[in-house]
Amino acid sequence: MKGVFLASVTALAMSATLAHAATDKPAVVYDQAGKYDKSFNEGVYNGVLKYEKDTGQKIREFEPKNEAQVEQGLRRLAQRGYSPIIAVGYSMSAATEKVAKDFPNIHFSIIDSVIKLPNVQSIVFKEQEGSFLVGALAAMKSKTNTVGFIGAIDVPLIRKFSCGYKQGVKYIAPKDKVIVNFVGSTGAAFSNPTQGSELAKSQFSQGADVIFAAAGGTGIGVYQAAADAGKYAIGVDSDQNYLHPGVMLTSMVKRVDQAAYNVYKSAAAGGWKPGVVTLGLADNGVTWALDKYNQKLITPEMKAKMKAIRKDIIDGKIKVHDYSVDNSCNM
Amino acid sequence: MNQAKVPVWVNIALIPLLNITLAFVISGLVIYAIGQNPIEAAGYMIYGAFGYSEGIGYTLYYATNFIFTGLAVCVAFKAGLFNIGGEGQAYIGGLGVGLVCLALDHTMPFIVIAPLAIIGAAVFGAAWAYVPAYLQARRGSHIVITTIMFNFIASSLMVYLMVNWLKGTQNMSLNSRTFEHSAWMPYLHTLLSPLGIDIGDSPVNLSFFWALLCCFGVWLLVWHTRWGYQLRTLGTNPTAAKYAGIDTAKVTIWVMMVSGALAGFVGLNEIMGVNHSLLLNFAAGYGFTGIAVALMGRNHPIGIFLAAILFGALYQGGAEVSFDMPQITPDIVVVVQGLVILFSGALEHMFKDRIEGFFIRRAAAAQEK
Repeated sequence: MKGVFLASVTALAMSATLAHAATDKPAVVYDQAGKYDKSFNEGVYNGVLKYEKDTGQKIREFEPKNEAQVEQGLRRLAQRGYSPIIAVGYSMSAATEKVAKDFPNIHFSIIDSVIKLPNVQSIVFKEQEGSFLVGALAAMKSKTNTVGFIGAIDVPLIRKFSCGYKQGVKYIAPKDKVIVNFVGSTGAAFSNPTQGSELAKSQFSQGADVIFAAAGGTGIGVYQAAADAGKYAIGVDSDQNYLHPGVMLTSMVKRVDQAAYNVYKSAAAGGWKPGVVTLGLADNGVTWALDKYNQKLITPEMKAKMKAIRKDIIDGKIKVHDYSVDNSCNM
Repeated sequence: MNQAKVPVWVNIALIPLLNITLAFVISGLVIYAIGQNPIEAAGYMIYGAFGYSEGIGYTLYYATNFIFTGLAVCVAFKAGLFNIGGEGQAYIGGLGVGLVCLALDHTMPFIVIAPLAIIGAAVFGAAWAYVPAYLQARRGSHIVITTIMFNFIASSLMVYLMVNWLKGTQNMSLNSRTFEHSAWMPYLHTLLSPLGIDIGDSPVNLSFFWALLCCFGVWLLVWHTRWGYQLRTLGTNPTAAKYAGIDTAKVTIWVMMVSGALAGFVGLNEIMGVNHSLLLNFAAGYGFTGIAVALMGRNHPIGIFLAAILFGALYQGGAEVSFDMPQITPDIVVVVQGLVILFSGALEHMFKDRIEGFFIRRAAAAQEK
């Protein structure tokens, strides 16, 4: 699996010449949700932990508290010669771009955003494919023909999730209703379980019985509400099935841990390359989680169907529309 | 006339200094309690904030924002209005700056854009404060509630505008296009480098001087004009103000608009000075910290300037501490900031009475001799 992953990383990376980095001093800057958000950042943190465990090398971590500190943190790391530096999240694009221009010899890898510079590697995921899968599963499981989606902020990245999810639902049940809500309009929307829980309750009362939360740490509240109401929820980014066994239908796993791990590993081996790395179903960059915590909820028929859909997407028989291509979700 | 016997320096220097010292001692104990060396942390903090030119630059850059928001809170407070909406007014003020820059940066030189951007920040910030002010003055809706609500409306509005109208061509990041150089507020380091002075690469820019001018302007407005007299009368006793023939509703509205305009200037520093594009969340809590700055600065421009420098140092030094001592998480830095606010704001009377008593007794004893 990892072999496939690595091969695709290499294949997809642009063949630009490698800028020379003096030493291998890996670092990471998390976004403001912090590394213990049980979701996106924690996924990266798990990759960091694994790399530290495997190699014994310490990775420098920084958790900024506001926008200004993001740039400051990146700049300080670059000044001290840390390379490669992973910037976690689309919200760091502007800061990363600015700092990367000032430090052409330092390697940056940014997750969830594209920056076209010779010393930046952009790692993006085909969230729409993973979201399509969990959307299909939600539609299969739903008895009320109504499913929910709770996103953190109404921004293009989250619309990519919701668009893929809707397509998955409609693929299984074209008449099913998808209720979409957003948590807020600041970075705090990714770490607001209380609001998540309220939105989930409101969606349940509108008839939804499965909710997909693409909202980082806010999801915790959504899952709790689902557990309280005896409904189902779908996790995001990390495999969150263990949080509420029997309630978590599945998780749309984004393998940011593996992406982070591979950045450090390839850098240590001298194989770090700039350019865009796109990770989808075929690369196992995104997938749906099936483990001992949710296997009772998934019937063999559902499992077979999911397998077929997954294969069809990889083979191109099902075309999943990517919101970010034309900024619209016309299916 | 006890007050007369207490030397002035006791009130404006000794007591604040004592409060801050106590806050730092308690912070040291907290850091010690989590198993870290407080002396080392203090060293990083002071060095990070004042130890080298770049650090000083960052401190002044943060302080610029705090001066604007601190003054905004102060002006409203002098009129007895508690403006919690500095955050939203700063956000929308930044929108004004951004729109001016995006519209003119291809055609106009800096000398034209800068004043227009200042006007843009002031008009947008003031407009955002106008609605809560109107509701307070004419409809009696409490200003604290409405200004808080307007913070949320501001951030929702910005997300809507950025996602649907102002987003650049890059696919995921929510930035407008970067302005041309003609719309960049010059950095102090670029201004000073032709003179052979190297102050390192920090974001402090010309807006800092605009902030100083605003300090002077607020002092002039509040204490040396007829409007300032009306404003202070309203703040001290609204009934008396009304009786004296002051149109309190009108004063409420224009005071809030001045306050909103001051908060809006944060946009100059952030959008024109540092980010050079419109983006989300650049207000980053500066509006709320402004309340603490104003309280600590005792609602006087000079006090606000000093308090802004202190908070700038806390922000910059705090980032430095969590950078160099990763075990000290950013949350501990928030604890330190909270303690400073607690001791210099909420608990300022803890020492005040005793110290004043001490000086009064001493003065009395001296008189008897």
